Amino acid sequence: MRLKIILTLSVIAGVILAWDLHRIFLQVPDEANQGAIFRIIYFHVPAAITSFTGFYLAMFSSIGYLMKKDLRLDSVAASINEVSLAFASITLCTGSIWGRIIWGIWWTWDPRLTSFFVCWLIYVGYFMLRRAVDDPTARARLSAVLSIFACVDIVLVWKSIEWFRTQHPGPVLEIRGGGGMAPGMEAPLWWNFLAFLMLATVLILIRTRQETMKLEIDALRRQAHAF
Amino acid sequence: MRFLRQTLAIAAKDLRSEIRGKEAVNASVSFALVILLLFSFAFDLEPEQIRDIAGGLLWLIFAFAGTLILNRSFARELVNDCLDTLLASPVSGAQLFFGKCLANYVLIIIVECISLPVFAIFYNVRLPQRLALLFLVMLLGTWGITVIGTLFSAMTVNLRLRELMLPTLIYPMLIPALVGAIELSRVLINGGPLAENMIWFRILVAFNVIFTILALALVEIVLVG
Repeated sequence: MRLKIILTLSVIAGVILAWDLHRIFLQVPDEANQGAIFRIIYFHVPAAITSFTGFYLAMFSSIGYLMKKDLRLDSVAASINEVSLAFASITLCTGSIWGRIIWGIWWTWDPRLTSFFVCWLIYVGYFMLRRAVDDPTARARLSAVLSIFACVDIVLVWKSIEWFRTQHPGPVLEIRGGGGMAPGMEAPLWWNFLAFLMLATVLILIRTRQETMKLEIDALRRQAHAF
Repeated sequence: MRFLRQTLAIAAKDLRSEIRGKEAVNASVSFALVILLLFSFAFDLEPEQIRDIAGGLLWLIFAFAGTLILNRSFARELVNDCLDTLLASPVSGAQLFFGKCLANYVLIIIVECISLPVFAIFYNVRLPQRLALLFLVMLLGTWGITVIGTLFSAMTVNLRLRELMLPTLIYPMLIPALVGAIELSRVLINGGPLAENMIWFRILVAFNVIFTILALALVEIVLVG
């Protein structure tokens, strides 16, 4: 059943991505001021939203673990955070490439970039913590607490664009009150987001299966040592 | 009332132990002096420029030196299984955490009160006339450092790389509080208008309130499970 879901989602995500790539590169015209590089937004923004969505889902899974003490929920939280961290890395890299072309610099310490980098560092810390704890129950407990703390920091990241006047482009999407993007140009972005979300789900399903198997192997190994 | 009494008992125990041994405070003050020395090699600035970055330098010193105290907070209970005994005693996790928070808070404030005049002398920075406001910023910023630091000290107490893990985990988490405190300190030392920078004050207060509530809610899980 799991394999069927993974295969179906992969195929749908692949088709949407292929169709969207065709639209982004061959149908959508260049942006008036930025030229061709503006197309990076179709990957930058969906990756950012996917990572944020993932971090929050992981927090709910972590809360679920703390309430039910079911290690499978910890595996789900860790898998979601891992995939989200990968998407956050994509966001940082694509943003940096865009900044090099438009601002002339790879990086600037503007509050939004800084906040996103801080967020990324916190989740790197999350995985460092997981590696440092051997006992599965203690690892699950501590990383669940850290996941909840990290999500509070994400709120600061998300709100910082309103709190500070920054070098970062203001909201351009209709949904955030921006209204700076033509509907024809905005549609592929949301389709890309859907495809990224499906891709993330596939990766999470695969990683969760691996984590669960790892737990089973560890338990069997402990049993073997006990005899 | 009972909550407060037991909390204060934990804080008093930690402070008494520190006053007798003076391990963490001595190390922390010495470390602050070393950082002050190193900054003198890193920068060669005019007096006006120093005033501009004084807030940042001060809070870096406070954060680095504070970590030494926070690292010791729960680690000192590992000897003779004192942490297990404390957890088995009729004191809740929240009381234990809050008591340790108060003790750490007092110790870090002491280190800051020593570092601040030394910094002013070494770098020829005239302390602001609004010294009471700077002290208020120190109290607010330090509470943020203390709450996060004490909780993460409890989280990392049994880890192999405890000394390494604590700063790696808490510094990114502390950024909003540190940025707020740095900006407010800079404005106060520079003599700039405070009214335009109230956003930083609000961020600092919000950070403290949110993380204090979160820490109190989750500390039982961290300590006991």
